[in-house]
Amino acid sequence: MSFTEQFPIVFQALNTGFLQTVKLFFVTLAGSLPLGLLIYFAARSSFKPLALLFRAIIWVVRGTPLMLQLIVIFYLPGMVFGKAIWGSGEKGRFVAAAIAFIFNYACYFAEIYRGGIQGVPIGQTEAGQVLGMSKKQVFFKVTLLQMIKRIVPPMSNEIITLVKDTSLARIIALQEVIWAGQAFLKGSQGIAGEIWPMFFTGVYYLAASGVLTVALGKLEKKLSYFSI
Amino acid sequence: MAILEVKNLFKSFGKTQVLTGIDFCVEEGEVLSIIGSSGSGKTTLLRCITQLETPDSGLITVDGEVFFDGSNKKIKAAEKRRRQRMVGLVFQNFNLFPQYTALKNVTLAVEMMAKERPDYKENKKAIQKEIRDNAVSLLERVGLSDKMENYPCQLSGGQQQRVSIARALALNPKILFFDEPTSALDPELTGEILKVIKALANENMTMVIVTHEMNFAREVSDRVIFMDNGVICEQGTPEEVFDNPTQERTKAFLNKFNE
Repeated sequence: MSFTEQFPIVFQALNTGFLQTVKLFFVTLAGSLPLGLLIYFAARSSFKPLALLFRAIIWVVRGTPLMLQLIVIFYLPGMVFGKAIWGSGEKGRFVAAAIAFIFNYACYFAEIYRGGIQGVPIGQTEAGQVLGMSKKQVFFKVTLLQMIKRIVPPMSNEIITLVKDTSLARIIALQEVIWAGQAFLKGSQGIAGEIWPMFFTGVYYLAASGVLTVALGKLEKKLSYFSI
Repeated sequence: MAILEVKNLFKSFGKTQVLTGIDFCVEEGEVLSIIGSSGSGKTTLLRCITQLETPDSGLITVDGEVFFDGSNKKIKAAEKRRRQRMVGLVFQNFNLFPQYTALKNVTLAVEMMAKERPDYKENKKAIQKEIRDNAVSLLERVGLSDKMENYPCQLSGGQQQRVSIARALALNPKILFFDEPTSALDPELTGEILKVIKALANENMTMVIVTHEMNFAREVSDRVIFMDNGVICEQGTPEEVFDNPTQERTKAFLNKFNE
C-alpha cells in the first residue's frame, strides 16, 4: 500500500484514538480541579487524623509513578473481588484510567492550591474579617479569585503535562492516540510494520498543547486587570 | 458614658508579654491618638480591640455592650461578626481587595450583610441601590468621586488608603481605628489622609489612631496615650503629653522625635 493509500486509513484511526485522549483529558480536569480543592482542605483540616491521612495520601500519590497507579487501579479490584468492577472492555479501561488520572492530578492540584492560597496576604483575610464577613464569604469573595490568578502559571504547566500524560493509559490498553498509532506497527487494517503513524501522533499532542497554551494565556490576560 | 472601655487587657505571644494590663476609655466623638516606639504594643492593642487577636484576659465594652470578655471567650462566630461590624479598622497597608473596583471594595461587606437579611429577596433592588448610593457618597466624602470604577492597582497609595477609610465607614461603625494609616505612604501623600481624618474629627467621628505623626497627633487629638513596653505610660491632652510630659520614658521618646 502506498503512503497516499495508507494516509486516510491511519488518519481516521488516529482521530478516533485522539477523541479518547481528549475525553480522558477533560474528564480528568473536570474531576481533579474540584477534588484537588477538597483534598487541600482535608489536608489542612484542624482535625488532625483527617489532615494526616490526606497528607499521607498526597505523599503516596505524588511519590509513585502514575503508570503504576494506573496498573494497580485497573487490575487490583479484579484480583480482590474476582470480577471486573470497572465494567468490561474499552469502557472499563476508560473508567479505571479516569479514576487514576483524577486522583493523581487532584493531589498535584491540591499542592498548587496550597501555594496559591498561602500566597494571598493574611491582610486580605483580616480586612474581610474586620468587615464582619464570614470565613466562607472571605474565601469565595476575597481569596478565591486572587488564588486563581496566582496559580494560572503553575496550573498551565500541569494541564499541558496532562495532555501528554494521557498516553500513559496505553499501559492498560486504553485505545487512545498512541495505541492507535502503535496498531499500525503491529498490523491493522492491512497496514503493518509502519512506524510513521506513531510519529504522526506527535502532531496531535502539539496541536492540543498549542490550543491550550493560547487559551491559558488568554485566561492569564483576562485576570491581568488587577495586580496582586 | 464612654463609648469604648478597655479594662485590664493582657496579651502575650508565647512567652512574650505584649500588653500588660491596659486600661483606658474613649468618649463618644473623641479622637484619641496612641503613640510610642515600635514594639510598644500599639498595633497589638488595636488588633485585640478589633478582635483580630484574642486577648488573654480583660474586658472591652463598646457603647455599653460587652465586646470582649476574658472570662467568657467562647462566642459564636455570628456574634463575633456582629461585634466586629460595630468597629472599623483602617490598616497600615490598606488591604484593599485588588480584584474589585473602589466602589465594590466599599459595598462588598455591606452587600454580604444585606444578603443575610430576611427581607433581602423582596427588596433586593431598593437595598442594592441604597448600598450603592451610600458607598458613592462615602467615596465623595473622601474626595474620590472620579475614581469609583478604578481598581486599587490604578490608584496611588493615598487614594487607596482613602478608599479603605470609606470601606471602613460603610458599615457605620461606632468607632474607627487607624493602624499607622500613613506609614506606608510618601510624605506628600500623607497630607491627604490626614485631611480626611481631620474632616472626620470635625464630624464628631470617634477615632483611635495609632500614629508616628507627632504633629498630626497633637493637632487632631483630644487625648494622647503614650505606650511603652506593653503598658500605658502616660496619657492626657496633647498639651500635657507633648509639652509637659511627666514620665521620663515619655520625655526620652519625644526627644528622639525632636532631634
